[in-house]
Amino acid sequence: MSEQEKNNSVLDKRSSRRTFIKNSGLTVGGVVLGGALGSLLIKDDKSTTTSETQNHATTPTANPNVALMFFTPNQYQVTQAAVERIFPEDANGPGAKELNAAIYIDHQLAGPWGSNVKDYRLGAFYKAEENQGPQTKILRKDLFLAGLESLNTYSNQQFEADFKELEATQQDEVLLAFSEGKVELYGKVSSSQFFSLLRTLTLEGVYADPMYGGNKEMLGWSMRKYPGSRMQYVAEIQDEKFIQLEPQSLNSHMGH
Amino acid sequence: MVTKLPKVPVVVVGMGWAGGIVSAELTKAGINVVGLERGKDRTTADYTMGHDELRYQHRQELMQDLSKETITYRNTVSGKALPMRHYGTFIVGDGVGGAGSHWNGQTYRFLPYDFEIRTKTIERYGIEKIPAWMEGLNDWGLTYNEMEPYYDTFEKMAGISGETVELWGKRTNPYPTPPLVKTPLMKEFEKAATSLGYKPFVIPAANLSESYTNPDGISRGACQYCAYCENFGCEYGAKGDPAVTVIPVAKQTGKLELRTHSNVLELTKSGGKANGVIYVDMLTGEKFEQPADVVVVASYVFNNARLLLNSGIGTPYDPKTGKGTIGKNYCYQVTAGGSQLFFEDREFNLYGGAGALGIEIGEYMGDNFDHAKVDFIHGAGIRSTQYGDRPIAVNRVPAGTPNWGAEFKEKSIKYANSNFPVKTQGASLPHKENYLDLDPEFKDEFGYPLLRMTYEYTDNDRALGKYMSTITRKIAEEIGADIIDTNEEQGPFNVNKDSNTHNTGGVIMGSDPEKSALNTYLQMWEAENVFVVGASAFPHNSCFNPTGTLGALSYRAAEGIQKYLKEGGILVKA
Ligand SMILES: Cc1cc2nc3c(=O)[nH]c(=O)nc-3n(C[C@H](O)[C@H](O)[C@H](O)COP(=O)(O)OP(=O)(O)OC[C@H]3O[C@@H](n4cnc5c(N)ncnc54)[C@H](O)[C@@H]3O)c2cc1C
Ligand code: SF4
Repeated sequence: MSEQEKNNSVLDKRSSRRTFIKNSGLTVGGVVLGGALGSLLIKDDKSTTTSETQNHATTPTANPNVALMFFTPNQYQVTQAAVERIFPEDANGPGAKELNAAIYIDHQLAGPWGSNVKDYRLGAFYKAEENQGPQTKILRKDLFLAGLESLNTYSNQQFEADFKELEATQQDEVLLAFSEGKVELYGKVSSSQFFSLLRTLTLEGVYADPMYGGNKEMLGWSMRKYPGSRMQYVAEIQDEKFIQLEPQSLNSHMGH
Repeated sequence: MVTKLPKVPVVVVGMGWAGGIVSAELTKAGINVVGLERGKDRTTADYTMGHDELRYQHRQELMQDLSKETITYRNTVSGKALPMRHYGTFIVGDGVGGAGSHWNGQTYRFLPYDFEIRTKTIERYGIEKIPAWMEGLNDWGLTYNEMEPYYDTFEKMAGISGETVELWGKRTNPYPTPPLVKTPLMKEFEKAATSLGYKPFVIPAANLSESYTNPDGISRGACQYCAYCENFGCEYGAKGDPAVTVIPVAKQTGKLELRTHSNVLELTKSGGKANGVIYVDMLTGEKFEQPADVVVVASYVFNNARLLLNSGIGTPYDPKTGKGTIGKNYCYQVTAGGSQLFFEDREFNLYGGAGALGIEIGEYMGDNFDHAKVDFIHGAGIRSTQYGDRPIAVNRVPAGTPNWGAEFKEKSIKYANSNFPVKTQGASLPHKENYLDLDPEFKDEFGYPLLRMTYEYTDNDRALGKYMSTITRKIAEEIGADIIDTNEEQGPFNVNKDSNTHNTGGVIMGSDPEKSALNTYLQMWEAENVFVVGASAFPHNSCFNPTGTLGALSYRAAEGIQKYLKEGGILVKA
């Protein structure tokens, strides 16, 4: 990258963050301006460093949800890197990493869903025809860990580095190979099955209610002007104009 | 060990719309009913935290727990069926209210054509119009005019909001409440369809357009367009749900003994009749036998067929010979042929909506258009809906966009509020090799065989979908959008991808005991004290959502049961 190009990309980044703040419809200085948006503003003027993010996490608004109940720190970091490629930061706003999708995934895999408790697990597991749905015995939590491990193995084979150390374009190449089922995971499971779990969990981590650990400060919702879980839209639904409402989470229903 | 309980007049298996309606009607008439429901009891208080997309839609909070039972599936009779291990296509209800708690509420009547489909098709096009594989296509054994009073009763009970549609059968009364509102996208459809010469109407809804008190004295408030409707319970009680309508009415009589967590395993029988049922308490594992004079099986399409097959009641259908009836004429629905519109600089308030909010045309339904030059029969509703787009489930992007990464993110956000569909809901007609039977290998938690489904879309489905795609395209172009993507082909059926919840058939009604399992009171020809209630009774599936029709049939069944308790015997001469 030439110096000129670098400068341009920094400028692009700045103006795009501004667009996001404008689009989100939240007034700077208003009560609703939460920590994440605040930190974006700060980051806008300084270079983004990891230590800054960590500092942010230890401020008085620190979210006790941000802790691990399933992953090791390294697994967590690989997950952060992977979800960010599925749903990257861009002009619209933060990516899945900043939205805490990896925290969401950690919590989901630790719970009953990670252990497939409501899935049919009886009988023999045969190879499925294309239209019969997956027939693998491996649990979601184990499939995910096997996938993370394979991401690293495959990254080392292709680029001689762990997944999280790769350039974004290299990470995309690895994920593309996984999505196309080109890699075999533990127990001969196809990498596409892991990829589809990763994709699903990333979108859930971006858009599920923040009580599950992701969708940090509802920024996933604000990006697409989604108002969260409000109780009624009788007026809005009939209006010819688009009406942007500030998002509300389930927490706002606690008084009912 | 099985504890034998004292005999009761009527035992009802399943407490959805079918079981709820039958229980309400019988208890109102003074008859004691024991209601057995495998899931838990529910009220609107259960939905205080109801606007949780993850929990209700993606973790299937209100649905059957597949670790206990599922179905197995194969595309062809020669394939090996494998279990649906997690949810995809068939989301099956569980608990008091059944799927009636988390349905959308689109509430239709079937067409006069549907009830006499064989006769009317032959009359207009000749017998050649019905291909050999569709031999199971039959009249229902009663006409639309005979069904009309039951439809009327169902609509009044649930308070259906709608407008009279000329192209449908005659109504004795208008809908009990006016139609839902027209949103800007619905007005776009309306304008385009009208200018093309069609007569659009607002979809009839069980989401109340205004507050309403039904003939049983149940009062409910109006829909708030909260958009957490399909897959969710309604915290307002605005959505017609058995748990806020018929079941409280039955409870109030003091004649309903509702036993939740009671999973029926089989019916017991002797001498051509059922003696009662065996069920297990899902919390303690204790087993009970509940004898009854009449057994009402209302456990949804899948378990209606499975319970009969597992109990050896009725003759199983054999696709090779075409003989037998239990499992016959399983039908689904066709949803191919839709067009998706994307707009560059128009935004709609898509976060709001209701399960049945939408607008539709009827010109391509049933036999409302000439089929002489097309290679299919029946038709489809063509409609634009606004259910409310939730962000995990709905990320519509123009065709060719990758489904992850930078471009996906950008486009899914760009179009999040700038798209809507013109889609189809097409009829599904019986194929002799589309059927239900018992799986030879896979079992439920208690060791009973699972239901095996053999199903593939038919030539009729594919031709119908293709034809409808030209119509949705025409309407979409008339509306005008920056991008229009039209899906022309009906692909193969996929148990984890297809997303229609309208299963029908397997225990069908008719006038001939050789060809049907039930008469028009839903009484079994082969076991006179067994009534099998639900969309399982439909000999084919129409281009409408099924519940209006299964609700109407439930009222008719309730009438039949009362008659049977008085007179005994088969209620209709074969
Ligand atoms: C998401 C969704 C949206 C839908 N939207 C529409 C719509 O807009 N319009 C429409 O017309 N239809 C719609 N439907 C379909 C509609 O919900 C069903 O047609 C209808 O509710 C079926 O009623 P039922 O009483 O026959 O069965 P169910 O409601 O399924 O009730 C059966 C009950 O039996 C119980 N049961 C099953 N087996 C046993 C057993 N062995 N022992 C004891 N109890 C048992 C179940 O737990 C359940 O409560 C929708 C369905 C779904 C899932
Ligand atoms: S959209 Fe209407 S009927 Fe549906 S859940 Fe919300 S308020 Fe109830």
